[in-house]
Amino acid sequence: MNIRLRSSWWSFGFRSAILLYFFLLVILPIFGIYVQSFSLGWGAFADSVADPIAWKAVLLTVRLAVLAALINVALGTMIGWVLIRYRFPGRRVLNSLVDLPFALPTAVGGLMILLLLGPNSWAGLAAEKLGFEIVFHEPAIVIAMVFVTFPFVIRGVQPLLEEMDASEEEAAYTMGASRPRTFFRVILPTMLPGIVSGGMLAFSRALAEFGAVVLVAGNIPGRTLVASVYIFGQIESDDTQAAAAVSVLLLTLSFLILWGINLVQGRRKRT
Amino acid sequence: MRRLWIGLTYAVFALLIVVPLVKIATGSLEDGVSGLLDALLRPEALHALMMTGIIVVFVTLINTVFGVMLAIYLVRAAWLHPRIKGLLNSIVDLPYAVSPVIGGLMIVLLVGPDTALGALLEGAGIKIVYALPGMVIATLFVTFPLMVREVMPVLQEIGSQQEEAATMLGAYSWYTFWKVTWPSIRWGVIYGVVLTVARTLGEFGAVLVVSGNIMNLTQTATTLVYQDVENFNVVAANGVALVLAAFSVGLLLLMEWAKKRKEVH
Repeated sequence: MNIRLRSSWWSFGFRSAILLYFFLLVILPIFGIYVQSFSLGWGAFADSVADPIAWKAVLLTVRLAVLAALINVALGTMIGWVLIRYRFPGRRVLNSLVDLPFALPTAVGGLMILLLLGPNSWAGLAAEKLGFEIVFHEPAIVIAMVFVTFPFVIRGVQPLLEEMDASEEEAAYTMGASRPRTFFRVILPTMLPGIVSGGMLAFSRALAEFGAVVLVAGNIPGRTLVASVYIFGQIESDDTQAAAAVSVLLLTLSFLILWGINLVQGRRKRT
Repeated sequence: MRRLWIGLTYAVFALLIVVPLVKIATGSLEDGVSGLLDALLRPEALHALMMTGIIVVFVTLINTVFGVMLAIYLVRAAWLHPRIKGLLNSIVDLPYAVSPVIGGLMIVLLVGPDTALGALLEGAGIKIVYALPGMVIATLFVTFPLMVREVMPVLQEIGSQQEEAATMLGAYSWYTFWKVTWPSIRWGVIYGVVLTVARTLGEFGAVLVVSGNIMNLTQTATTLVYQDVENFNVVAANGVALVLAAFSVGLLLLMEWAKKRKEVH
């Protein structure tokens, strides 16, 4: 009995410690940032968000993140399809390389883009001759976002294609459907939940991206300054209330997306 | 048609992944091998790599222990109401949605030198922000979901029957864990560890905000790369980046290996 009692005390202590850790590390900080952003009242919050540099940064981020997510939806759908459906030399190597952008530090990713497309590089010079610039302008930000979010759509699509029942596709062919028709009416609907949730994840990650973007964006206020870099700048200049206000805007957006992804996945499980 | 798609896939991989990796390697050797060695043997580079190593060790240990325990509670605990379990389960993912910069800001706001708690701790001689503890906490926040999300599905899959049997036969919970639960979740945990190490090595935004990026004191490998680029010292930045990239590729290979082992079970 004594041992029983002691072990229940132990497990009580354990449970409390784990839940306390969870609360202190994750819940409290998120709660704290919402409190801080409204610490000077609604007026100050509205002022911080209405600052032209702030809302331009947020709009720019949302616009470029949408663009990056769309590019990734197109690339990811194609690559996910090719890697599952076709057998060709090097397939397994490519399949492992998909995760590299996750494993690679984002600052290293940014440096790569800077080296490859920067003003002294071959691609940079060619683009300059054609009359547009890549690095320190919007294209570089989009490329950085695409690189960092590259695996999401591919990894979302692949399991769905693998699980897919071949008989549905065969039935469509037997009934005389053409290849494109079969793809759009049978295969694409199966892939769609993966494409949507992968695209949403890519979008929310692109919204939040900092390391790769800060190195290539040039960070000109109002033109190439994205939201996360703006927040960093406000922290550096000790204006934590403004930083918190813009953070709350971004966080709320990301949480809504996360909730949306859960809905999409929840629906998938039920059907 | 088939050729076209495969060719396009190869083209995307070459442009987006292979060429940049090669470029980092050639870029770091622009001034020859001695240039690379100079960049890596600078005192600040050695210190930065050491800081990154220390953070990796602390974060991996803490995140593994707490992540595995939390995963077990979220799947098995009968003492938690299912509603609460569901709520906690969705909160686990929140750090994914938080920009690393915002993660760092949260810690500055809670325990920074300007806050009551931070001032109290500083009075007691414990510095959190602009010091190692803050950097570890920031990285723990960012890597929090990785372990939980790797272990939970494995636990759900194996079910609780074996554990219940062990308990009925009189095994203590500790013994049950080591003899019954651990062998089945082992590869999931190892995969989670590899993911945690990779994320910790590469963490930049949160650490930059919390550390203040003080050279030879709180600078990590990634923030050193950032500073080198800002100072137009690109060759030096490449040297450190090459080391980081080599570690990432190594971790990627480990991941593949762990994934294969995970599938066997």
